[in-house]
Amino acid sequence: MTVDVKTDSALFELALRMGDNTLILGQQVSAWCGLAPILEEDIALANTALDLIGQTKLWLGFAGEIEGKGRGADDLAFLRDARAFRNVLLVEQPNGDFGQTLMRQYLFDAWHLPMLTALKTSTEKRVADIAEKSAKEAAYHLERSEDLIIRLGDGSDESHQRMQTALDALWPFAGELTEADETDNELAKRGLAPDLSGIKKQHESRMRSALKEATLEIPDAAIRKGGKQGMHSEGLGYILSDMQWLQRAYPGAKW
Amino acid sequence: MVSAVTETLEQPSIDDVWRWLGNVPDPEIPVVSVVDLGIVRDVNWDGGALVVTVTPTYSGCPATAVISFEIEEFLRRKGIEKICIKTQLSPAWTTDWITDGAREKLRAYGIAPPVGEASCAGALKASGPVACPHCGSENTAEVSRFGSTPCKASWRCNDCLEPFDYFKSF
Repeated sequence: MTVDVKTDSALFELALRMGDNTLILGQQVSAWCGLAPILEEDIALANTALDLIGQTKLWLGFAGEIEGKGRGADDLAFLRDARAFRNVLLVEQPNGDFGQTLMRQYLFDAWHLPMLTALKTSTEKRVADIAEKSAKEAAYHLERSEDLIIRLGDGSDESHQRMQTALDALWPFAGELTEADETDNELAKRGLAPDLSGIKKQHESRMRSALKEATLEIPDAAIRKGGKQGMHSEGLGYILSDMQWLQRAYPGAKW
Repeated sequence: MVSAVTETLEQPSIDDVWRWLGNVPDPEIPVVSVVDLGIVRDVNWDGGALVVTVTPTYSGCPATAVISFEIEEFLRRKGIEKICIKTQLSPAWTTDWITDGAREKLRAYGIAPPVGEASCAGALKASGPVACPHCGSENTAEVSRFGSTPCKASWRCNDCLEPFDYFKSF
């Protein structure tokens, strides 16, 4: 399968989806640097963001190779417009308060780990290699975010209330991560990526048991989706203008 | 005055290169080398070029780029002109590759070395007691699973009351 990955559009989409998720989440989480409620969490948030950006370099670097037009990870990150981004709507939701940032992280991590674990057996070796590397990091991101949403959900009245508010706002966006479209089905058929219905089961059962332990109630709400196909919320435009400003104002600027 | 030295220099042996790389310090923890940490995976000659294969510790670790740069710099000073640094992701780096000697050096430097073998699940909770690198007490506690660099966690000793870094089993 590693023979010729060039111009494989489904594989290109997979690399973009994985890389755009980690890019946008990493960009958002990094905004906490210097602002978190306590020093340890400030360091944890910055480290998590760093891992996500590192994973982005691997995914988008690979995407650029598949595309074969000479675009590298930086070109894809800094020079695409919102409609070309393939991240889910969840990761472009605002940071909000600390509780909201954590809840967003948790809903993402609970999907990221089983997804990467499954991608380790992708028929495309490059995908498997990136997944193997990233899964180790995703495992400890999940360990932290799960631990914290349980402690805060099952904490004081105020922390409980804030976590419930965060869950109410973010839960509708969790489903998109495992909602398969035609591209996902093709990827699964070719063994490049897992069948998302299996990942959905793992994602849901993990979330439901942790949220129960956190004494939080899952709201009854319809899935909000579209990001994977490039249909984004208003928020992404602001994130991109912040992230891409330098390369747009000074094209080709280097360190 | 003209000697044969200016003629083709003999290619240094692979063993020599490994020995030299053993002197390239990690940019964040200079008491250990990039070989001690298991970052250098392979060294070989490909025609006239020396190929050094490295693996990143954490994918976002800012030291990764510095490490490649330092390896190249160091080998250039040894007279090697054509150097190719190759990055390899699989098998993913693990703290199990850190040598015994390096673990001792970490301890002496004030960093508790990783405890136990890294599980494939990547769980970072120490599998056994983490001894304080200052007084040796095992009466210690985790302050945060994250620390001053991606590879370390923050701990404290309940006996000598000193805070210390723990090199996470990963």
